[in-house]
Amino acid sequence: MTDILRSRIMIIYTIVLLATSLSLFSLEDNANKGLLSLLNIILIIVPLFSLLFSTIYIYNSAEFIELLVSQPLQRKSIWLSFSVGLAISLSMAFVIGIGVPVLLFQFNAIGFLLLIVGILLTVIFVAIALWAAVQIRDKAKGIGLAILLWMYFSLLFDGFVLFLLFQFADYPLEKPMILVSALNPIDLGRILILLQLDISAMMGYTGAIFKDFFGTIAGVTIAFITLTLWIIIPLYFSTHKFNRKDL
Amino acid sequence: MKKAILILMALIFWIEIFANIIYVGPLQKIKSIRSAIHIANKGDTILVSSGTYKEGNLIISKQLTLIGKKYPILDGQNKFEVISIKANKVVIDGFKIYHSGTSNLDDYAGIKIYDSREVVIQNNILDDTYFGIYLQYAKNCVVKNNQLKAYNKGEQQSGNGVHCWKSDSLHIIGNTIDGHRDGIYFEFVTNSLIKANTTTHNIRYGLHFMFSNNDTYQSNSFIANGAGVAVMYSNKVSMLANNFKENWGDAAYGLLLKEISDSYIVGNVFEKNTSGIYLEGASRIQMNHNIFKNNGWAMKIQASCMDINVAQNNFEGNTFDIGTNGSLVLNTFNKNYWDKYEGYDLNRDKIGDIPYRPVSLYSMIVEQNPPAMMLFRSFITSLLDKTEKLIPSLTPENLKDNTPLMRKAF
Repeated sequence: MTDILRSRIMIIYTIVLLATSLSLFSLEDNANKGLLSLLNIILIIVPLFSLLFSTIYIYNSAEFIELLVSQPLQRKSIWLSFSVGLAISLSMAFVIGIGVPVLLFQFNAIGFLLLIVGILLTVIFVAIALWAAVQIRDKAKGIGLAILLWMYFSLLFDGFVLFLLFQFADYPLEKPMILVSALNPIDLGRILILLQLDISAMMGYTGAIFKDFFGTIAGVTIAFITLTLWIIIPLYFSTHKFNRKDL
Repeated sequence: MKKAILILMALIFWIEIFANIIYVGPLQKIKSIRSAIHIANKGDTILVSSGTYKEGNLIISKQLTLIGKKYPILDGQNKFEVISIKANKVVIDGFKIYHSGTSNLDDYAGIKIYDSREVVIQNNILDDTYFGIYLQYAKNCVVKNNQLKAYNKGEQQSGNGVHCWKSDSLHIIGNTIDGHRDGIYFEFVTNSLIKANTTTHNIRYGLHFMFSNNDTYQSNSFIANGAGVAVMYSNKVSMLANNFKENWGDAAYGLLLKEISDSYIVGNVFEKNTSGIYLEGASRIQMNHNIFKNNGWAMKIQASCMDINVAQNNFEGNTFDIGTNGSLVLNTFNKNYWDKYEGYDLNRDKIGDIPYRPVSLYSMIVEQNPPAMMLFRSFITSLLDKTEKLIPSLTPENLKDNTPLMRKAF
């Protein structure tokens, strides 16, 4: 873990996050607007970086993993400690880069929610990256898959949703949309935060339905459980695969 | 305004020469306002000292001036209409009117004017009334500097602040109205002026216009109402220098225009509304020198509108500038300032060289398919908007400002 923290890319990532969030907050006179701009960064940059960094890291330490496997250690614990190490160090970078400015400028419930969602997204995409890395032996292909996955979650999925919305425009789709949003952690995080900001009123009937659901404690709990599932399921599959993998 | 002062002066003059003053108060000979009204002659003044008067429904059927000293309290005990005016030239000045009755059959009010002319109602405080001040078949009346407060009990259980019906030449000036159903309600009211009022936290509209022609409202503030102002089925309405603010909610508008024509919207400020202006079936409207700031939609123009001329306005910090629901555009946009404009000005005449298209693709998508709001602020929608800006295909071709300003219009 310390070698992750010491890596130059990690430090640059932290500094970039810190610089953007500080400048965003000081540029906007309204802290809420700063938060909104920050939201875009969290939803695009954080998943991308978590995915890429984790995938590359796993491929680069392939030999080290082989060495560890030859030791009398459980494969499961090796894999899990890798993922925990990655998750913690990336989350730390996020907390320093985004968390500190947010807590400085926007010390309230929304700020906290933003932080929690950001950390969850980081961990989710570490888990997804590990799953991708364990599937494919070839490094280039693995990184390609990671980028594809990022494209899927931040772009293609939404495009697909838009397509569905137009195909089924004659049906009341507001409620099914809640379910659909659970299928993409980025969407789920975005909606959770947007509903807490007062722009939710703009979202009209859909917003009202979403607010009815995500505004309640039960809804928020379900949303967070869903996000946690997004960590556990890929992690479970990747551990399973790693256990049987022929290194 | 001038008329009101004239009436007042005439009344004072009259009082000095012909009229008697009748004193009412706990320490006076006459202890109830009812008996004072009973013995008074036409043109008399009744001076009421402070105290609480529980006299049920006071009916004023002759020309009288009622003046309260230090705000005497008239308590309707949640049962009665407090003051009913059924004579011309009555003046009600300086009372506190509490707890009028509530009824769905008779619109009980704090003060109600029936079929009268030249009545003046000023400097009163109304608290917890069903309807506040109610005018029907009134002419040349003045409602001035009153404070009205209700505790909104839902749209069916509360009445309007100042309610005007089938009236003409009214002056509604300088009132503050809070927590009613509609702050000010106009139905079949003509040639009237609404000025310098403040309406806040009303359940439905700050100001509601129905079938009322040739009216002007100016310098009012409509803040945090269910919706700011609704102007429906009217024509020749001038809306000048008003403040529409924080009308924020699922179906909230700063200003709702429905089936209205030949009107002016000049010098207003729309700030932090879900939709600044919503237009449906409106025609021949001039919009100049308005400021649209930090709204969800600055303006939603349905395709059923025509000859709306939008010029010399400032659009700043709105999430969407213009929303529309069709490709037919019969309106013109000229010389506005749009903060999202990304064009250039080579000849330095302060007018952008390429037209600005204020309708974004995503706002069109949302208009056609509301659940798409789910993708609000996602990566794909900003991407779509950017491509649409470069090669417009789906947004209405003619909805554009050919001469966007590089700097604020004013």
